[in-house]
Amino acid sequence: MYCGYCGKARVGVGVGGADDQTEVDHSACASRLGVIDPPRFCGECARRMVVQVTPAGWTAACSRHGEITSAR
Amino acid sequence: MTAAPEQLDVLSVAREQVLEQGVGLSEEQVLEVLQLPDERIPDLLELAHAVRMRWCGPEVEVEGIVSLKTGGCPEDCHFCSQSGQFPSPVRSAWLDIPGLVKAARQTAETGATEFCIVAAVRGPDKRLLSQVRDGIKAIREDGNDIQIACSLGMLTQEQVDELVEMGVHRYNHNLETARSHFPNVVTTHSWEERWDTLKMIRDAGMEVCCGGIIGMGETLAQRAEFAVQLAALEPDEVPLNFLIPNPGTPYENYPVVEGPDALRAVGAFRLALPRTILRFAGGRELTFGDLGAKQGMLGGVNAIIVGNYLTNLGRPAQDDLDMLDELSMPIKELSKTL
Ligand SMILES: [Zn+2]
Ligand SMILES: [Zn+2]
Repeated sequence: MYCGYCGKARVGVGVGGADDQTEVDHSACASRLGVIDPPRFCGECARRMVVQVTPAGWTAACSRHGEITSAR
Repeated sequence: MTAAPEQLDVLSVAREQVLEQGVGLSEEQVLEVLQLPDERIPDLLELAHAVRMRWCGPEVEVEGIVSLKTGGCPEDCHFCSQSGQFPSPVRSAWLDIPGLVKAARQTAETGATEFCIVAAVRGPDKRLLSQVRDGIKAIREDGNDIQIACSLGMLTQEQVDELVEMGVHRYNHNLETARSHFPNVVTTHSWEERWDTLKMIRDAGMEVCCGGIIGMGETLAQRAEFAVQLAALEPDEVPLNFLIPNPGTPYENYPVVEGPDALRAVGAFRLALPRTILRFAGGRELTFGDLGAKQGMLGGVNAIIVGNYLTNLGRPAQDDLDMLDELSMPIKELSKTL
């Protein structure tokens, strides 16, 4: 629902009201997410997560939705 | 057309002065190198590589770094996503001791000889230093003999002595940029305060690691100024970063350093610092992609940070290890002699 890089909605930000399903462009976010940056915002609720980067991976924790970790 | 007189070409001068005699370039000469046209970049990198091989040797020093204390820093370094003064999405976090031990183990497993423990602070307080002490003890108890470096901000003499006593062999404290540009980048402390910490580290017998970031709005002349200011410090290691424009920071919309400019900087810094460990640090993925990393390694760089950085991700360590293998560059090993 929300972009892990910028924290904004993935669809319909106020363009056409609550039912708006317009895709929002996050291509610039996508070029950094997972490559240069770990996720900073929870995909479920857009809260800022507590993120720990380590040499071989990262963990990101939302106070409401728990922790996610990198694959590697 | 006749060719330009050889003796006026900065690379010809550098071949004699730096490669043969080991004398780093002056500020004016570094600036000339930074202004070389794109078609001279291969010549520059070839010379910088020869200088590195002659004065440092073929070995590459591999390092891993980890953030022990992330975010919430009171300082206002404009490039940094960890300052508490900007609306950056980076939240405060502390790494616990088991996490630190694991990070050190993962780093050692790559063949790295250096593990740098970093904290986003103005300077360490008692809590941080005790965390570092406990962390180093736990890393040793884990059977890991990797060399430990720290980067904990500005230090008092007492704190310097304490780190020496803990067995920290190298300390990182970046001057970040030219002295003349520093006030544009940081307003909460001065370049001179950083210099003072560096002198204390040197005098205490720790190795000095001091570099900075290219691409923070400095002019080419200031880039040259920075290179010779670093050379005057005679650091054991210079980490060279390229700006990662991080969201929420004052530099979030700064352009990424272009590959050719970054390569000129790499070559020029090597020619200013023939004997130092010149390390590829943050931002190289964004600036170069995979290809440029190799060009840099063949252009004067003789050390890398593998894996992730403090808040940004790097490419997988194995990719860099494979690259070194492909380049037939041996990884520096821990000294076997006691
Ligand atoms: Zn986004
Ligand atoms: Zn959430």
